[in-house]
Amino acid sequence: MTTTPDPAFAGRTYPAGPVHTVSAAKIVEFARATGAPSPVHTDPEAARAAGHADVVAPPTFLVSLAQATEAQYIEDPAAGIDFTRVVHGEESFTLHRPVVAGDRLVPTLTVESVRAAGGHAMITTRVDLAEEDGAEVAAVRSMLVVRGD
Amino acid sequence: MTTSPTADPIDLSGLAVGDEVARTTHTLDRDALVRYAGASGDFNPIHYNDAAAEQAGLPGVIAHGMLTMGTAITGLLEAVGDPTLVTAYSTRFTGMVPVPATGEVALEVVATVGAIDDSAGTARIDLTVVVGDEKVLGRARATLALPRGEQAGADAGGVA
Repeated sequence: MTTTPDPAFAGRTYPAGPVHTVSAAKIVEFARATGAPSPVHTDPEAARAAGHADVVAPPTFLVSLAQATEAQYIEDPAAGIDFTRVVHGEESFTLHRPVVAGDRLVPTLTVESVRAAGGHAMITTRVDLAEEDGAEVAAVRSMLVVRGD
Repeated sequence: MTTSPTADPIDLSGLAVGDEVARTTHTLDRDALVRYAGASGDFNPIHYNDAAAEQAGLPGVIAHGMLTMGTAITGLLEAVGDPTLVTAYSTRFTGMVPVPATGEVALEVVATVGAIDDSAGTARIDLTVVVGDEKVLGRARATLALPRGEQAGADAGGVA
């Protein structure tokens, strides 16, 4: 038995939060795992010498926080998403300023669209990351394809 | 790690559409996949367990799309020196990257200038990312903030 994503979720914005504190150790680990070459990712001294408060996240680092935030939608049984049929279609990062260790980020999830396309469904989500005072830091947009039969 | 013998950053003030900014080859093996799983928290077993991958209808273990995306930009990051100049990065995932149990696959990346937006002070860098003959990322694009030097400030009267 298969389910299909419920189009009624399109346009829904979830309550913001919880606050996430960016970890220096996770930045270092992520930079090494992807081969990001600059010492500003791994060495706090180099980061401070370049004018940052602490080590700097590589461009795709926020994917983990974004996916954890998307889970409240993707894993909601009412959303009708069969995760065994999900394929990652597109990913996009917009950084309004560098993300550094110690940043306290508030994620907000919006389901931008749920569309049927040739037997498949395409789901686009956006996670906006902001400071606690509301200042925008970054946005992560994901498109998932849910394969049909 | 802090003393990698990297070349000097390229001169961003002279970029023109069509310029090749970086050409790099990156190898991915199972160790890299496990390391990325730990770093990212993406523990989907199709990225380390052949039986799980085959059960999901795949030819075998494949790389995380996000590992491919994250790796593909590193040549550009190295070329520009300061990674915070990259202010946006997007891609489509167009092909799988199977990674054998032993040995490795080579990801070949070429970064070229696709467009320059003088009023925004940015360049669009287009990445072609292939494994063998197959393009594994589609429309992979990064936005690069260009330096606004003294001479730019002096003749910036027309910029809103």
